[in-house]
Amino acid sequence: MSTPYAKLPAWADYGLIPLINLFVAFVVAGFVVLLVGENPLRAAVILVEGAFGKGTGIAFTLFYATTFIFTGLSVAVAAHCGLFNIGTEGQAYIAGLGIAVVCLSFDTTLPWWLTFPLAIVAAAVVGALWALIPAYLQAKRGSHIVITTIMFNFIAASIMVYLLVGPLKPAASQAPQTRNFFAGAELPKLNWIIELFGAKIRSAPLNISFLLALAMAFLVWLLIWRTKLGYEMRTYGHSPKAARYAGISETRIIITAMMISGALAGMMALNPVMGDQHNVAIDFVSGAGFVGIAVALMGRLHPVGIVLAAILFGMLYQGGAELAFEMPAISRDMIVIIQGLVILFAGALEHMFRPYIQALFASFNPRSVGMEAIKGKGA
Amino acid sequence: MAQAAIELIGINKSFGAVRANRDINLEIARGTIHGIVGENGAGKSTLMSILYGFYQADSGEIRVGGQPAAIKTPNDAIALGIGMVHQHFMLVDNFSVLENVILGAESDALLKKSIAKARSELERLEREYGLEVDPDAIIEELPVGLQQRVEILKALYRGAEILILDEPTGVLTPAEADHLFRILKQLKNQGKTVVLITHKLREIMDITDTVSVMRQGTMVATRETAKTTVEELAELMVGRRVLLRVEKGEAEAGGVKLAVKNLTVKDTRGVTMVDDISFDIRAGEIVGIAGVAGNGQSELLEAISGIRRAVSGSVMLDGKPIDLTGAADPGELRDRGLAHVPEDRHHVGLVLAFEENENSILGYHDDPRYLKGPFLNIDAIRNDAKDKIAKYDIRPTDCRLKTANFSGGNQQKIVLAREMEQDPGVLIVGQPTRGVDVGAIEFIHKRLIAMRDQGKAVLVVSVELDEIRSLSDRILVMFAGRIVGERGPEATEGELGLLMAGVEHQEAAE
Repeated sequence: MSTPYAKLPAWADYGLIPLINLFVAFVVAGFVVLLVGENPLRAAVILVEGAFGKGTGIAFTLFYATTFIFTGLSVAVAAHCGLFNIGTEGQAYIAGLGIAVVCLSFDTTLPWWLTFPLAIVAAAVVGALWALIPAYLQAKRGSHIVITTIMFNFIAASIMVYLLVGPLKPAASQAPQTRNFFAGAELPKLNWIIELFGAKIRSAPLNISFLLALAMAFLVWLLIWRTKLGYEMRTYGHSPKAARYAGISETRIIITAMMISGALAGMMALNPVMGDQHNVAIDFVSGAGFVGIAVALMGRLHPVGIVLAAILFGMLYQGGAELAFEMPAISRDMIVIIQGLVILFAGALEHMFRPYIQALFASFNPRSVGMEAIKGKGA
Repeated sequence: MAQAAIELIGINKSFGAVRANRDINLEIARGTIHGIVGENGAGKSTLMSILYGFYQADSGEIRVGGQPAAIKTPNDAIALGIGMVHQHFMLVDNFSVLENVILGAESDALLKKSIAKARSELERLEREYGLEVDPDAIIEELPVGLQQRVEILKALYRGAEILILDEPTGVLTPAEADHLFRILKQLKNQGKTVVLITHKLREIMDITDTVSVMRQGTMVATRETAKTTVEELAELMVGRRVLLRVEKGEAEAGGVKLAVKNLTVKDTRGVTMVDDISFDIRAGEIVGIAGVAGNGQSELLEAISGIRRAVSGSVMLDGKPIDLTGAADPGELRDRGLAHVPEDRHHVGLVLAFEENENSILGYHDDPRYLKGPFLNIDAIRNDAKDKIAKYDIRPTDCRLKTANFSGGNQQKIVLAREMEQDPGVLIVGQPTRGVDVGAIEFIHKRLIAMRDQGKAVLVVSVELDEIRSLSDRILVMFAGRIVGERGPEATEGELGLLMAGVEHQEAAE
């Protein structure tokens, strides 16, 4: 009775339930499409084909996914420590400044493979420092991290606007952005990987930071489940009292976790800035930080789940763009509604179908839900 | 046999996949006190919640006074004359006794009439059952025992003929408990029916006429109290023979391991909870701290283990000072050989969401045995956990199972195994067997005695007087933040009970 949700086999917990949630989200979205007078089945086909049908589509999907992997990991690292980092957006945005400084300084003198590591460090450091201030305020002053990180999003946005319409803008330019980078700050594309499989790609921004994102996903897994620091973060995240009992310093663990989270958020900026636009422009993050929250939740805070959820959201972005193009009745806002439904069913209503599935499993085989293990011989 | 007040026939109730009640049949005779005993999670509370309308049975029938009854809400239960006194009181703290009694049973839009009516009704109830309470007293100013009396009055005021009490003595001093039992007997003599849910077998023997035993969701036996023994009931509850009294030899106390001097601790609101306390614990003895919950024991434990900062006082561990008012943290204390089994294992001693093996290093995760550089040495941790599982008979034996899926007794064993296996010089244990099943209590007590016999200094804080008396070599009694007396293990329950109630303390102050 103390565990109202008995255990399910892992494949059902991590595979079946998310799939059911996703399916229901699409069914409800289908009704919305029906409401505006379009055929939901055709819409679904366009969406999926737009995202995965052609090489270019796949490359775009993965490009968006790269961004979401970084922000999703950022949110997840903080969440494992019991902290809700809503500041991923601002941390990524301000990290663009660090990248701009490195790229504008070295893009004419260094090759990309030297600029890139410098830019990674710069993005991570700036993102981490931007997260440090709310973390310090939480740890030392008890200011709630949700409030302070939201406020820091606005501060970051204001600073970036000031810099991009002022000091960082080339004198003769009308556009609020830095000058375009030269070859020394352009990341190589990864489109050839998709072309290996025979697909054709016209032009797509998928670049090497996708591999960096995958590497980071692995490192986050290592950090959370295989290091002492990760153990301490999880302990604090589940129970601050237990952490105090275990002699874990609250100040240290909050600040460390938030700085790692900020560093991951900062690295997100590499993908659009160095991989695609080759400049730092106003609002280049465009909400990816907030999508990261949904990605992290849907991925159950596990790097593998986050990579999969990021690809799903990449698909919604890319396929959604195609859908808006093919079906004029469906605007970009409709895509946001569909995303919202996915978040609603996969995140907020995650456990809605759980009891039914559990009862179903229990009726087939009580052992599969751990009944005997729990009700068996207590000592 | 008298006519049945309540009959439960074939009651079944499942929560998700867990079957809390299976085919329960129970007959409670009118005008008797009927005890229901069972370990935690045996399904007692679920069954009573069904009877009181909090839950609906999946199948089965309830008959009240011979008539089939559909009890869908507590209001239905009240209408049928069933009243319940919960373990945690449902009173409005800043209302008067009268206001609480009429709450939800007001007879008029304006309160004046209801209050007048309740006042005369309360007077009658007080006369009949010896339930004296000042009707105009504010609840938060009443001691716990009287608050409970208000709960009983509430039920009687609503016309209860059948009164269910859920673990009523958990918060009472022995004297208060005795008074409660006198009231219950009075109620019985007046023809009321009382159902008493408890895990304390002695109470059952003292006061009930009939007793039913539940185990793992089933009703395993119903006995006439006069024809059974504590040993038989314990065996029925657990399903095997249990030793209720720990066997132990004489203590061979050595030098002082932990010396506490003039320790004062305040809680988060700034109220002094531990007031200038001094005591010593020597190697090879168990010191027990008795007291009614909330008299500063928790704060004392937290301060000595470094979780809560003390306001003033000095503490010597192995003859060296330890700064509990400043820098000392639980990690430092642990390094110096002080292990702590906290009172609240669910939020402090364990992380329930962790795998068992992860909890078996909590607090000792800095130990190089469990690490490879910055990485956890997963193999070492799991092997270590498996050893402890075998040594402490922790079940199920899967070190990768989530801790929340272990029973209370096994969770406590996980904590004990972790703390004892570090071979500490001083072991501090809060509520060693709270929420632990009878079978595991025996095991835990034996382990604590074994620690003592190895020459460790052991401090046990418990609200279970029986436990304190059977474990301790010396008993300290806490009341209102002070130690009001020290007794040997031979002290009688009555003597300790008076100390716990602060009686001698108050007399001394006058």
